[in-house]
Amino acid sequence: MYVAVKGGERAIDNAHAWLAEERRGDPAIPDLTVPQIREQMTLAVNRVMAEGSLHDPDLAALAIKQARGDLIEAIFLIRAYRTTLPRFGASAPVDTGAMTVSRRISATFKDAPGGQILGPTFDYTHRLLDFALMAEGEVPAAPQAEANAQDTPHILSFLDQDGLIERALPDDTPPRDLTREPLELPADRALRLQSLTRGDEGFVLGLAYSTQRGYGRNHAFVGELRIGTVEVELNIPELGFSVEIGEIELTECETVNQFTGSKTEPPQFTRGYGLTFGQCERKAISMALVDRALRWQELGEDFVGAPAQDEEFVLSHCDNIQATGFLEHIKLPHYVDFQAELELIRRLRTAAMEG
Amino acid sequence: MDDYNFAYLDEDTKRMIRRALLKAVAIPGYQVPFSSREMPMPYGWGTGGVQVTAACLKPDDTLKVIDQGADDTTNAVSIRKFFQRTAEVAVTERTQDATIIQTRHRIPEAPLQPGQIMVFQVPIPEPLRFLEPRETETRRMHALEDYGLMQVKLYEDIARHGEIATAYAYPVKVEDRYVMDPSPIPKFDNPKMNDSPALMLFGAGREQRIYALPPHTKVESLDFEDFPFVAGKADHPCAICGSTESYLDEIITDDAGSRMFVCSDTSYCQERSVQ
Amino acid sequence: MDDIFAGGFTDAPRQSADAFRAALEAMARPGTRHALQAQAPAPLSPAAAALILTLTDTGTPLHLAGAHDTDAVRRWIGFHTGAPICPAAEAQFAIGTWDALHPLDRFAMGDAEYPDRSATLIVEMAFGRPTHRLTGPGIDGHLDAHIPGDRPVAFPLGLDLFLTSGGEMSALPRTTRLEAL
Repeated sequence: MYVAVKGGERAIDNAHAWLAEERRGDPAIPDLTVPQIREQMTLAVNRVMAEGSLHDPDLAALAIKQARGDLIEAIFLIRAYRTTLPRFGASAPVDTGAMTVSRRISATFKDAPGGQILGPTFDYTHRLLDFALMAEGEVPAAPQAEANAQDTPHILSFLDQDGLIERALPDDTPPRDLTREPLELPADRALRLQSLTRGDEGFVLGLAYSTQRGYGRNHAFVGELRIGTVEVELNIPELGFSVEIGEIELTECETVNQFTGSKTEPPQFTRGYGLTFGQCERKAISMALVDRALRWQELGEDFVGAPAQDEEFVLSHCDNIQATGFLEHIKLPHYVDFQAELELIRRLRTAAMEG
Repeated sequence: MDDYNFAYLDEDTKRMIRRALLKAVAIPGYQVPFSSREMPMPYGWGTGGVQVTAACLKPDDTLKVIDQGADDTTNAVSIRKFFQRTAEVAVTERTQDATIIQTRHRIPEAPLQPGQIMVFQVPIPEPLRFLEPRETETRRMHALEDYGLMQVKLYEDIARHGEIATAYAYPVKVEDRYVMDPSPIPKFDNPKMNDSPALMLFGAGREQRIYALPPHTKVESLDFEDFPFVAGKADHPCAICGSTESYLDEIITDDAGSRMFVCSDTSYCQERSVQ
Repeated sequence: MDDIFAGGFTDAPRQSADAFRAALEAMARPGTRHALQAQAPAPLSPAAAALILTLTDTGTPLHLAGAHDTDAVRRWIGFHTGAPICPAAEAQFAIGTWDALHPLDRFAMGDAEYPDRSATLIVEMAFGRPTHRLTGPGIDGHLDAHIPGDRPVAFPLGLDLFLTSGGEMSALPRTTRLEAL
């Protein structure tokens, strides 16, 4: 008798056992530790935290280990864990102006108060494989300098003083929360930014790139890119003041976009904004470009039909956990629907041939 | 699984889903937005159904989970195991013994009973989505009861093919108001939704929508007077139990492409074979 | 009962699961009665108290109508659910007697694009003999039940009602058609 559908349970158990073995790899090679991943695969850890929407380097490293290095799978593990956590409160907005910067560059001004700090970047490395890394070896210590004790002002604030850039006024409206409410369109900028910072790096990069190539071009310069640590403070209503609960690393990108004015706005520079957990600068820059492209309506620009301008398109498709789940679900059995289609096609063919 | 709450979801999330479910029942066929959570299984693999089931389960429930009509398909096994672990509920393969039945793509052959709840996993809840991709537009169409686009599509099918070329996820109209996607069940199953004694709940996790059919609700498959809806299936008896009433899977049995047809509802087939 | 800390669910996940299923059954089968119990300060009935514990939290503005707006009730709800107490127009849930809840057009009935954004009223009453014949979704043919009166409906817009009487509850979704007996 035909019993192909039976045995599903055993098949799953066996698949999991095999997966565990494959994840471990050759047992003669030492097991990779979570601290090793956290310390040496930092940018992967940062991406998992950014798109997982959870700042926890140890758990992100664990997720990468468990996912065999598949970062989307790791992000998925973090998201699924994150949703089970109780929420104790919301932090006060972090002050990136008070960031302790490890990297800060501007493409618009040669120098500015606070200076340019190249920081730990791949930018000017020659992309030559370093075969020395195949052997184990200590890394020589990098030169040290005194940290700047002053706050580092945002470079765009200098343009703001001259009235040359659109004003970014503080807004205390509590933002909607993408992780707690269903996405409702049209979205506001806060919701779009939430969506983009969780969005897939590759997808957001591709959209940003498309704007540069003319699909909704917005003439972006990196006004400032800064990476560093900021303090996180939590308001404790019972105490009447806020308490510092820790420090997190962030990447912030502000773009300056040329703007010749529209029906509603005078000629001035406009802004795009990107902010992510950890050092994720490709993502932060991409996010800023897409943010700017999505602001066409608010700035009175034309919708030219570019994908990056299309809020519903961008927000509905940038989440890689949603995307990969739905994409991969077509691996699941569809015998029933397929059978229905088979019957239909046979009937239509018969009708067509007879007709 | 002591680290997780009963039925996995935290109580805040369950309350949010429960409120959406009550509104869904009060407005049959209307898609209620809900803030779907990431689940420990992928979007597209039944997260909507799993969240609805988790919000409905009580400790004395008996759960049945099917995928393609079968209890032993891998994803059904996986979801059933999840609830055995997180809610410690009894499980069954017998349709008649279940209080909650979570399903992907089928309605069981055995008649449903009062008090039973069917939970459907839904990939794309919007019946108009493939005619109009924008949510902002389709929401307006539902608000205005503007289903002209759907009528045109069905009519064009008839003009081109002589019949409506939709074999599964065949749209229905609920209580003469909302056009609804019945999830990708074969249209063979559509008539089972009309005036059913069971409560039917639909969960779309990735798309963040919940909708419902209370028991004894009028559910009509869209058609035209001169082209009435026909619930079709393969014109064969089941090779195992001999049923001529049930929906069939087609199986290729050798290299020459020989075929056999067997019930897609394995529980129904097994029970008939034993008798 | 004055102790605001008493009366909540001792095993919230399981008790609220049972209570919700009763509420779901009630809404799915209008007019049918279901047992539901939780202790709360008067005049909250045990059934109404259980509905509040099961369905409300800090995200659901709740309106207390008439005699139900007491300090003890406010504190009990605040402690057990955190639901913010609000005026009728902002309410997602409202509780009171039929008369105290009037006029009903104060409550949100949803809008054409989002008919679900409507208030759910918990009507405290004493179940008696059937007053109306009920027909519509959820009802096999018809059912006779005790209903406090008609309510504004412009389907798909409308108000959904839970009716509570001591430890019993039934529901009246907007789809149910009423005919006075």
